Amino acid sequence: MTSFSLERLFAIIRKEFIQMRRDRLTFAMMVGIPLMQLVLFGFAINGDPKHLPTVIVTHEQSPFARSVVQKLANSGYFNVVSTQAGDREAQEMLALGQVQFAVTIPADFSWRLLRGERAQLLLEADATDPSATGNAIAAIQQMTGSLLDHDLKGALAWLSPAQPAVELVIHRRYNPEGLSQYNIVPGLMGVVLTMTMIMSTALGLTREVERGTMENLLATPVHPLEVMVGKIVPCILVGLISTVLILTAAKWLFAVPFVGNVALLICAVLVFIATNLVVGITISSVARNQMQALQMSFFFFLPSMLLSGFMFPFRGMPQWAQYIGEILPLTHFMRISRGVMLKGNNLLEIWPSLWPLLLFMTVIMAIGLKRFRRTLD
Amino acid sequence: MKPFEHAVDVTGLCKRFDGKAVVDNLTMQVRRGEVFGFLGPNGSGKTTTIRMMCGLLTPDGGAGHTLGYDILRESWAIKREVGYMTQRFSLYEDLTIRENLDFVARIYQMDRRKNRVDASLEQLGLADRQNQLAGSLSGGWKQRLALASCMLHEPRLLLLDEPTAGVDPKARRDFWEEIHKLAASGITVLVSTHYMDEAERCHRLGYIAYGKLMAQGTPRELVANSGFSTWHVAGEGINELAERLQDKTGVDRVTRFGHELHVSGGDVEALNQAIEPYLSAPGLTWEFGEPQLEDLFIHLMGKARDNFAGGGQ
Ligand SMILES: Nc1ncnc2c1ncn2[C@@H]1O[C@H](COP(=O)(O)OP(=O)(O)O)[C@@H](O)[C@H]1O
Ligand SMILES: [Mg+2]
Repeated sequence: MTSFSLERLFAIIRKEFIQMRRDRLTFAMMVGIPLMQLVLFGFAINGDPKHLPTVIVTHEQSPFARSVVQKLANSGYFNVVSTQAGDREAQEMLALGQVQFAVTIPADFSWRLLRGERAQLLLEADATDPSATGNAIAAIQQMTGSLLDHDLKGALAWLSPAQPAVELVIHRRYNPEGLSQYNIVPGLMGVVLTMTMIMSTALGLTREVERGTMENLLATPVHPLEVMVGKIVPCILVGLISTVLILTAAKWLFAVPFVGNVALLICAVLVFIATNLVVGITISSVARNQMQALQMSFFFFLPSMLLSGFMFPFRGMPQWAQYIGEILPLTHFMRISRGVMLKGNNLLEIWPSLWPLLLFMTVIMAIGLKRFRRTLD
Repeated sequence: MKPFEHAVDVTGLCKRFDGKAVVDNLTMQVRRGEVFGFLGPNGSGKTTTIRMMCGLLTPDGGAGHTLGYDILRESWAIKREVGYMTQRFSLYEDLTIRENLDFVARIYQMDRRKNRVDASLEQLGLADRQNQLAGSLSGGWKQRLALASCMLHEPRLLLLDEPTAGVDPKARRDFWEEIHKLAASGITVLVSTHYMDEAERCHRLGYIAYGKLMAQGTPRELVANSGFSTWHVAGEGINELAERLQDKTGVDRVTRFGHELHVSGGDVEALNQAIEPYLSAPGLTWEFGEPQLEDLFIHLMGKARDNFAGGGQ
């Protein structure tokens, strides 16, 4: 058997780069998709929706309660649609999505305030779309400190305590993870890598088969591994460029904090890229033409996007969906990238998510290498 | 390099796809330095056979050697020394002419790469168009480029799969000139084709139909060994004559060639008896001629079909 030759490998890599440069559409896809998604999601991140419909349940009629309603409306974030609703009604409105928030003023609100105790204010938010509620919640949090300063002046000034008089209790509904805007960028990186890496390898290899150039290639002394690696190396480079692009944009455009170790994240990204490339190769060994390869790529991509915790909070999904999600590489990568970027996780801490990635890659690689055609059989 | 007697020597090759025998017990020899024509209608198994000869497909049965290397175990060695030109143009259309040749030279790890590519471009007459994309070439030029690219690593055996399909007659003639030049320089060439006229240009021929090799030898041998005789008849009323002769016993094949009719049969006695009544018919001139290769091949194809149908029952 011929041994692996770096010279031939280089010839293939060189050819791939020339073709990549000429194939504007694929190139546009590889660089354009990350940029496009980033801008699209970037707007969502930056979005600062105001006048969100709010229902207020008041269990007491008092000057304090009226003041709360007034302040909420004045903040600009809350559009008070009703102050007459009862508890049940308010829950229904939340469930149906008619309101984004339900604010409950308990019956002992003024009584506690007047006794100098901390009064509670309950804010229930429909947090399915956290980017919609995040800023409003931040605003009301800031507000509670000074919420009743004005009312507790004069004769009642002695009541004004050292600490804020009102304690805000927040229930984020439907989204126990409290998926924040910062979560999107680390996740987006995984989504973009999944899509571009799988598609570029799957299409790249099936294109050779479809155009008949694979027959020519296999008739030369080239080693199948050289073809495979030669196809992969340019893709890894493109994947790394996408990663850097997204990370830079995350930092400079959207000020997403990066508390972890960059090198650790890059290593995890490389593992994740490799995992997706292996999936792409396996797809190409099954697909008969580019169309099939594209369909299969999407067949893998869609569940990845939907069940990995990118679109919907992972813990909010039904059990069966979570089981599927646990198999997908994107789920684990998402945990790693969020852990490293936002929580500053170290290698030991991301290991529980790293080994499933490695396992997935090994299994799929075994299938792919076995199926990769050395001959035309 | 191994010593070998025949450039290609395969015995009992079988290949089936989806349970259908595409190549069936095929035994064939290509001698050193000859131009061997591999003929057969579309779908008869030519491409499949050639792929097995150069180690691209694993046969389901049979054995063989190409350039002395075992086709089952030493396909990597075969690939080094064989130039295979695929039926379909399979260079990279999105690479330039030069880039294509350069890529092939790199894959074969050739020394003096630049010189070789330059020389090849010069010989092709494409030196001044070397930076044009290969996809923009016309059919004839693509064919020549493909030939040049599989000659780059100086193979000792060329396997050309229908190199002249879809190429205009002038380009076809030039192509065959080129093939004979290569053969004269000591390279063995196997050319598959379904053009009958190209058969006459080969030293030896193999005829395949329905996956079975029906005949093998020089054109002269094929005609002589076939036991096949042909009457050429011209004149008025040959259309009616053709219809009347069609179903006569002893007449295997009636073929029209312009103003002439070729009436052939495997048994001379029976054939003569069949045409006896019409020999003296007015306006018709009869001539006992050598069967043409084309008559023979059509006869062989019919025979193969009959076998094929018979075997299927
Ligand atoms: N990879 C394949 N899978 C299934 N059938 C095939 C394959 N390759 C060839 N065939 C079938 O085998 C037969 C012979 O094909 P081929 O060798 O290409 O004939 P030829 O080259 O003489 O036209 C055809 O019927 C074709 O459909
Ligand atoms: Mg063919």
